[in-house]
Order: sequence, then structure tokens, then C-alpha cells
Amino acid sequence: MDTVLQVHEVSKNYGAKKALRGVSFQLAAGKITGLLGSNGSGKSTLLKIIAGLTYPSSGEVTVQGTRIGPASKALISYMPDRPLTEPWMNIGDALTYYADFYADFDREKAERMLDFMKLKTKDRVKHLSKGMNERLQLTLVLSRRASVYLLDEPIGGVDPVARTAILNALVEFYEEDSTLLVSTHLVTDIERIFDDVMFIKDGELIMHGEVEEIRLQQGKSIDELFREVYAEC
Amino acid sequence: MKIEFDNNLPIYLQIMNYLKGEIVTGKLGPGDKIPSVRELAGELQINPNTVQRTFQELEREGIVETRRGMGRYVTQEEEKIMMIKKEMAKDILDRFIRGMKDLGFKEDDIVAAVKESVEKNE
Repeated sequence: MDTVLQVHEVSKNYGAKKALRGVSFQLAAGKITGLLGSNGSGKSTLLKIIAGLTYPSSGEVTVQGTRIGPASKALISYMPDRPLTEPWMNIGDALTYYADFYADFDREKAERMLDFMKLKTKDRVKHLSKGMNERLQLTLVLSRRASVYLLDEPIGGVDPVARTAILNALVEFYEEDSTLLVSTHLVTDIERIFDDVMFIKDGELIMHGEVEEIRLQQGKSIDELFREVYAEC
Repeated sequence: MKIEFDNNLPIYLQIMNYLKGEIVTGKLGPGDKIPSVRELAGELQINPNTVQRTFQELEREGIVETRRGMGRYVTQEEEKIMMIKKEMAKDILDRFIRGMKDLGFKEDDIVAAVKESVEKNE
């Protein structure tokens, strides 16, 4: 299958601290990949580099052959681990704000998603619970017609009911020919939506494989494997 | 549709077994339409590619047929459904016999125990 996202020998240093060490992988279209790692393992840094928000110290990232930079922003839709919206907005404002920024924003899809998420355009962002806010962020990010979607901890810090709603929406609304990279340290709830998983530990990519193959060969869940790999952390 | 998944086993196999169960018990009859990949993925909250793989395997086994542009249907061949039923029964029996042997039962004792149990249930 065609490679959409190519990460080649990417390292990132914050002073003396090495956040990423020579990370390389490729992702194809039509796959959901889980980026798994404990807190501080380098997941968010990697996503930020791909999103073009920070530079790698060395190495190269390309999306559909385009190097990360101003041009790649149109190809990548990124959901950071902090809200993209401002507290004074209502949900309708948030949609307009997003539509202003991104030419590929599909307002009709966003409204369908809001409906599915039980969110109303009149609701004020400030009054949303954490779970509801995550649903709004996901709506904004998935309503762009991008080729790569980066979701940083979409189910972090939300209760199980909201998690279910978010996962439902993800399966329901993601574009089948796009590439999704989803970071998480909560593996159990989400492992069934992944095609592939990557394990990142102390800034190094230590495993990249197909989840069904891992279950078949190891007879264990991704969560169990995750707990083994990160046991010493 | 409700499946309690065990994340230790490949999900596509679990969905296959579930659908086979629905077919042999007649909940999904011969010639019935089965849900689309997207519908099933949404309902079960799993990756659509996993559902796709399930359907491919079921097609390969001839249990499910694709009609171009119309979707997927349970096979009309009753023999094939009978065959799955036998296969599933064999799995249950194998597991049972292994369990009984582990408990120290001899073959004759197993047969006697089954007979007694069946008669008691009647």
C-alpha cells in the first residue's frame, strides 16, 4: 500500500534530555495506528513534530512526499492534548473559527458529528465537561478533509461513558482512506479500533506491528503486552 | 448484536465465530442480508478493517456471498450450514473430552457420564 506518512531517523533533544532517538516508521492510507507509551515516553513530541509545531533536532518527516512545513499543514489535522478552542466561544463559534482557518473544513459533517455527540451549537465551551470538550475537539479535527489525522490522547482523563462515545464517533466518522495516528496510554478501551500499534519507550520506537497478528502469535492482548513492556517504568 | 470480546484473541476470529453461531441457530437464515462493514464496525466499536477481514474469511469458507453492489448474504446452501454446525459441535466435543480426560475419566466413563446427564435433563 502507498506510504502516506514517512518518519525517518527523527531525534529531538530538549537541552541534554533526549525526547526522541532515531525514530523511523511509515504509515499507509486506510489504517488506524495506535502510538502507545507511558507518560513522558515521547508520544506528544513525535506528534508535534509531524504536525509541524516543533522541529526535530535531526531526521526528516514527509507527508505524501511533502516535507513538514507550511504546505503540510493542509494535509494534516492535529488534535493536541489541550483544547483548540477559547472559553468565550460557543460551539457554533468554534466551528466558524475552525472553518476560517481551514479551507477543507466540512461544516455539514461537523454538524452531523455534533448531533451524534449530543452537542448543541448554542452550548458554551466554558460550560462543557471534560468529556464533552473532548467530543467537541474530536468533531473539529475529524471534520477537516485531511489525509493524516493526529490525535493526542483523545480519551485521556474522561470517564468510561465519554470514552465509549468518543470511540464510537471515531469509528463512525473517520475517513476510510485516511491515515490515523492516535496516541494513548489507556490501551484496554481503545485497542480494538487499531490496525497497528507502535510502542515508544524513552524516546525510542521499540515495536511496530499488526494487532491481530500480535494477538494470534502471542495469545495476549495489546494491553497485556503494554504492561509487560512498561513494567519497569 | 452484542459480543463480549476477549482482547487476548484475534477479534476477527471472535466475530467469525459469533456470526457462524447466528447462522447455525437460524437467527441469520439462508439468504439473509448481513450488515455492512461500516454498520458492524460502528455497532461493535471496532476497526472496520477487522470486520472486512472477518467477511473475507467467511467468503473464503463459502458461508457468505457477495452480490455486486447489493451487499453480503448468508449462503443459500443448507449443506454448508450443516457443515459449520458439525464443525462447531466437534469443537465443543473435543474440548469436553479433553477436559474429562484431564479429570481422569476413561472413555467408557465419559460416555456413561454423558448418558446419565442427558437422561437427567430430560
